[in-house]
Amino acid sequence: MSQQKINQYRRDFLSKTTATAATGAIAPGVMLMSVGQAQARPADKAVTDKNRWGLLVDSNKCADGCSDCVKACESENAWGSGSSDEQKSDAQQKAQWIRTVTLKNKLTGSEHQLPMMCQHCEEPPCVDVCPTGASFKRADGIVLVDKHICIGCRYCMMACPYKARSFIHENLHDQAPEVPRGKGTVESCTLCVHKIDRGDGNTACAEACKHQAILFGDLKDPNSAIAIEMKKHATTQIRADLNLNTGVRYRGI
Amino acid sequence: MKPVVHYSAIEGRSIAYWGLLGTFGLFLLLGLGAVWVMEHNGHYVTGMNNHVIWGLPHVFAVFMIIAASGILNVASIASVFGKKMYKPLSRLSALMAIAFLAGGLMVLMLDLGRPDRLVIAATYLNPKSVFAWNILLYPGFFGAVAVYIWFMMEKRMNQYSHQIGLFAFVWRLLLTTGTGSIFGFVVARNGYDAAVLAPMFIIMSFGFGLAIYILSLMATCRWTGRELGDNVIRQLKNLLGVFIAAMFYFVFVLHLTSLYGTENHGFENFILAEGGLFTQIFWIGWVVIGLVLPIGIVYHPSMSKSRTWIGIASAMVIVGGLASMYVIIIGGQVFPMTIFPGYEVSSSFGDGAIASYTPSIWELGLGIGGITLALAMTTFAIKILPFIPDSLSDELMDPHHAAKTAEADKSETNAV
Repeated sequence: MSQQKINQYRRDFLSKTTATAATGAIAPGVMLMSVGQAQARPADKAVTDKNRWGLLVDSNKCADGCSDCVKACESENAWGSGSSDEQKSDAQQKAQWIRTVTLKNKLTGSEHQLPMMCQHCEEPPCVDVCPTGASFKRADGIVLVDKHICIGCRYCMMACPYKARSFIHENLHDQAPEVPRGKGTVESCTLCVHKIDRGDGNTACAEACKHQAILFGDLKDPNSAIAIEMKKHATTQIRADLNLNTGVRYRGI
Repeated sequence: MKPVVHYSAIEGRSIAYWGLLGTFGLFLLLGLGAVWVMEHNGHYVTGMNNHVIWGLPHVFAVFMIIAASGILNVASIASVFGKKMYKPLSRLSALMAIAFLAGGLMVLMLDLGRPDRLVIAATYLNPKSVFAWNILLYPGFFGAVAVYIWFMMEKRMNQYSHQIGLFAFVWRLLLTTGTGSIFGFVVARNGYDAAVLAPMFIIMSFGFGLAIYILSLMATCRWTGRELGDNVIRQLKNLLGVFIAAMFYFVFVLHLTSLYGTENHGFENFILAEGGLFTQIFWIGWVVIGLVLPIGIVYHPSMSKSRTWIGIASAMVIVGGLASMYVIIIGGQVFPMTIFPGYEVSSSFGDGAIASYTPSIWELGLGIGGITLALAMTTFAIKILPFIPDSLSDELMDPHHAAKTAEADKSETNAV
């Protein structure tokens, strides 16, 4: 009898610990799943201004010669080395959504590099000048080009103070399904809008940066890592004199 | 009795006429062929790239659009400012204004990445875009000037031609301001961000338009055997001199304003001194050919009396005009933008470097196609409707002046 009781206790103990262990093992996944699902925006729901997506780039961490962010963007959005297109265009005609810029201080001679892309301005000059409204800003701060109504006038490229936009000079065939591109229209960094809408919670460039130089997040959420970092440290907007209130901020310049 | 000016359509049956129209047609076809190549392949066949975004087609298009509003000036001087001598010149002025705007717009539209989406450009308007304002200003100009021509040609409506002339004049000022503002409001680029560009474009339009008008008028009268009085030419030429002087002043002010701000020294140094081809085009094309030489000819004691020289001076203003557009539009783009003040920058996307641009034959073809369209439209329209007076003799145009000249001649003879 006592032996039976012991066996019963053992069975109970084993089953409970197994269940606890299993819960412990599965729960984070379940939690992540639910978080992920909460962030994903259903296709029929409008984007709201509750979020303002942005990037914080720490140029002190950006390693010289590294271009992982550029490569990740190329393969995620199928341009440059991420696509077999644009073979006829010369180097100056090829699209470039993100580039690394090397800065040399004229006074001190110190050198460092940083990634440069669409700065997702709150007051984007490209949107102001676009005759058809193809250049537009989503409620969550992402600046995009509607490829259906872009007439290819390139006025937005003239107006962009960051040289962030590219014109497509030839026919394309090798696009990614989620990233529309086409001849005769203008394009630029989309802040991986398809990943954001899907609930990935990160951009390809930020994911790829092994130096943690790029941080993606919601500038409006005071608890987000990006907002906390920006509260802690002084950050810079490129061409802050233009008062565009950029969604991409920098440290170290 | 007050002399009456008669207008008539040109006969247009000669081999020379059809030959001229045929030549225009050929160039227009070549232009459209160039468009086909550009649109079929994409802009990679052009010299344009992601750094020089607007190339030679914009040089031609902007030149023609601002010249179009300037050509209308001749009519405005008659209807708005009441100068009687200019009245017989008005119809051709209005016609050519429409033709040159059409030519300029053709170039602009066909250089779009997606010219097939023209309907979108007309139906989706972003009210904040200077470009969109222009999309509304262009048809308005066509409409106003077409009505103006109708009022001038239709006797019953003659009495209202002053009002519509005034309206068209105000509209053309808005149009050129709009064109200038396309560049003037671009804060990102050192070469463009100057409010003075809008009034400068208006003054340039006066000069370019009048130069084109003088040449066209002389050619038309000569080829159709219609008299063109010396006094008419003299007055137009004097006006051209004033406009060139005004252009000179604006070029001076533009660069002086720019030089005042230290941040623009790099750009000014590029255009005025070390920009290679751009510096040469600025000094030789824009300043010497476009301003200094024609003003010298126009006010030269003997040259200014020769029609050939007046024609050459007008042609120089046109060449200088194209040069000025090249320097403003292309020069403003090849010079790198200041994204990081205080730093020397370099990247795989041309940051910190002077961009290169070599115009392609297709772009040139499209530009020349636009000019040809304007000339062909004019040549054809003057055969269909009475745009040109039968005579533009001094006696008819300004009897008072003719009488005075005769008197002066008489007293001179008496003195001898």
